[in-house]
Amino acid sequence: MAVRKPPVTTREYWAPGHAACAGCGCAIALRLATKAFSEAMEEKYGDPNAFAIAQATGCMEVVSAVFPYTAWKVPWVHVAFENAAAAASGIEAAWKKKGIKGKILAIGGDGGTADIGLQALSGMLERWHNVVYLMYDNEAYMNTGIQRSSSTPYGAWTTTSPPGKYSIGEDKPKKWVALIAAAHQVPYVATASIGNPFDFIKKVKKAAKVDGPAFIQVHCTCPTGWRTPLEKGVEIARLAIETGIWPLFEIEYGDIWNIKIQPPGGGAKVHKEGGRVVRIEFKKPIEEYLKLQGRFKHLFKRPEAIEELRNQIKAMWKVLGVEAILPKPEE
Amino acid sequence: MPIRTVMKANEAAAWAAKLAKPKVIAAFPITPSTLVPEKISEFVANGELDAEFIKVESEHSAISALVGAAAAGVRTFTATASQGLALMHEVLFIAAGMRLPIVMAIGNRSLSAPINIWNDWQDSISQRDTGWMQFYAENNQEALDLILLAYKVAEDERVLLPAMVGFDAFILTHTVEPVEIPDQEVVDEFLGEYEPKHAYVDPHRPITQGTLAFPAHYMETRYLVWEAMERAKKVIDEAFAEFEKKFGRKYQKIEEYKTEDADIIFVTMGSLAGTLKEWVDKKREEGYKVGAAKMTVYRPFPVEEIRELAKKTKVLAFIEKNISMGLYGAVFTDASAALINESEKPILLDFIAGLGGRDVTFDQLDEALSIAKKALEEGKVEKPISWIGLRKELL
Ligand SMILES: Cc1ncc(C[n+]2csc(CCOP(=O)(O)OP(=O)(O)O)c2C)c(N)n1
Ligand code: SF4
Repeated sequence: MAVRKPPVTTREYWAPGHAACAGCGCAIALRLATKAFSEAMEEKYGDPNAFAIAQATGCMEVVSAVFPYTAWKVPWVHVAFENAAAAASGIEAAWKKKGIKGKILAIGGDGGTADIGLQALSGMLERWHNVVYLMYDNEAYMNTGIQRSSSTPYGAWTTTSPPGKYSIGEDKPKKWVALIAAAHQVPYVATASIGNPFDFIKKVKKAAKVDGPAFIQVHCTCPTGWRTPLEKGVEIARLAIETGIWPLFEIEYGDIWNIKIQPPGGGAKVHKEGGRVVRIEFKKPIEEYLKLQGRFKHLFKRPEAIEELRNQIKAMWKVLGVEAILPKPEE
Repeated sequence: MPIRTVMKANEAAAWAAKLAKPKVIAAFPITPSTLVPEKISEFVANGELDAEFIKVESEHSAISALVGAAAAGVRTFTATASQGLALMHEVLFIAAGMRLPIVMAIGNRSLSAPINIWNDWQDSISQRDTGWMQFYAENNQEALDLILLAYKVAEDERVLLPAMVGFDAFILTHTVEPVEIPDQEVVDEFLGEYEPKHAYVDPHRPITQGTLAFPAHYMETRYLVWEAMERAKKVIDEAFAEFEKKFGRKYQKIEEYKTEDADIIFVTMGSLAGTLKEWVDKKREEGYKVGAAKMTVYRPFPVEEIRELAKKTKVLAFIEKNISMGLYGAVFTDASAALINESEKPILLDFIAGLGGRDVTFDQLDEALSIAKKALEEGKVEKPISWIGLRKELL
């Protein structure tokens, strides 16, 4: 009987025994990312272990490295909340001097990347360090107890964006760090999602293999902060792709006119011109994504807020050069 | 043969870095230290120093990159001052807690507001509790020597703590003085290769660094830093002795000048020690029994040496270019703590002087002397702290 090759290596670098919540989508992202990284290192340097991690403070850090235990089977350094990119720069420089071949993976949450760590990220990208920065985007500060970040989507409840008489929840559009990263004209920038693990693995491998800096923003679910059922993480992440909430794209060397868009699936109709995606007709309304999450529950009493979110998503797609048709749920 | 030449303290610091051969340097410009990374850039550009120089976007990233590099097991260097050092504050604790022997040069400068680029020690004094060793240079030669010594002590396995070497803004950073550049081979012999056993980022020996520690473990990590700082006292003495043997220049944690029969001893740090010694000569001629002492090491605090000094005199007076708001100057407070259980101790006085680059003149020292004399004659003090050289008309 033929044995099917697993889609990604069975080697583990993020070991069982870490203390993430049950159903944590970010833990899935890190596990897949390290596996994909290792495959890329094997292909590029002939050594699956030729990498190290510099990680920012946040959920994924505190659940994985509680002295005297560790969930990491790869060299791993945590310095602080805002400086994973700078610490990675230092490790990379040290490796260069020591003649160690390999690549550094920097990891940060949306807070540690989009907010407090944005400057260090920009510095690292602009200095062209041979580092892949992976931003796991669970759309809030989870480690300190679900506060909003600049990556929190419009309308979402968090403990610092509570809906109320004078508030619909988070009242600003989401910051798209991938586009900021792309503005540095680095070799590789991509968005990804645990809702499409094969695409994510492919992108991590690609990022790991380029010479120079790369940035990946991966959408990952947080049942605790999003108020979602534990077992629905991947399904919800997939719905984000299928409803147009989360675009999957790649930008090489900042060339936004050569942006590669991964068709969303879920029955969406993709129109291309000259090989380039120009219009996507999504079939599933964003409500299908929103309704599974407690953090958006209050929006269903405020349809104008959902409409505003729909407009923001269209505007975001427009930046990507795509006209997004976002249906409303059938009445 | 060592080369005798003239240079600014900033250049001396860059030369020290070059001689120590750090593998990774990360720095961001700030007055008065800017010349240090500039000079190092030249060394790297000319191939005189084989290092990675990361031109970071801030001091926070400079020190963060060095923590990464030092965690990966290489010798590192940076230079900063004032606001730059304050921006590093958070990461200074991390460097010490992770036991990374990073060495940093500080062009000691005041802190805002108001913005002032001139000399005092408030920047580095404000970092005293971070777990970094602190050395202060009197002149440009000391700036060079103390950086080499800082590596020697920091990388000693009994210590493994980061160290900063301060030298006064403009008074030293921008002033040309004779400096002897030691032979590379002798420096190599003195420092050796840095091969840490506790910090490395090696794909084939994975370790986890910079973890979270629960209450069950955190306190011990703090104790171990504290204990290493205690151990550093002896290691510093050994390093000073070896340095003297190799390079012929003598260093002491506290260097005394005409203290033997002194009734009043003034203690200070940095370039002010030079002024003070000259003033002591003058006062001696006038018949005053005064002496001077210079603290070369501020952290670990030279408790034993302060006690020895205190035994020699009736008044021990500190002149310091920093102030802990709500109390006294930090050096005075620390020295007072060192003497607290001594059965006999001199009168202790604190003089705050020269903040923000104001010259500390002989007149000001005379002002301090008259306060000290009064305390000596009356055998008591009303207020241990005095600000000298204040322009009362502006208050
Ligand atoms: C300078 C600083 N400010 C604040 C904190 C507190 N803090 C630690 S983690 C965190 C939020 C992390 O959020 P994010 O980066 O989104 O990661 P997540 O916890 O969601 O995984 C905050 C605010 C800190 N550690 N350091
Ligand atoms: S709070 Fe969210 S991101 Fe953090 S461990 Fe739990 S599920 Fe994961």
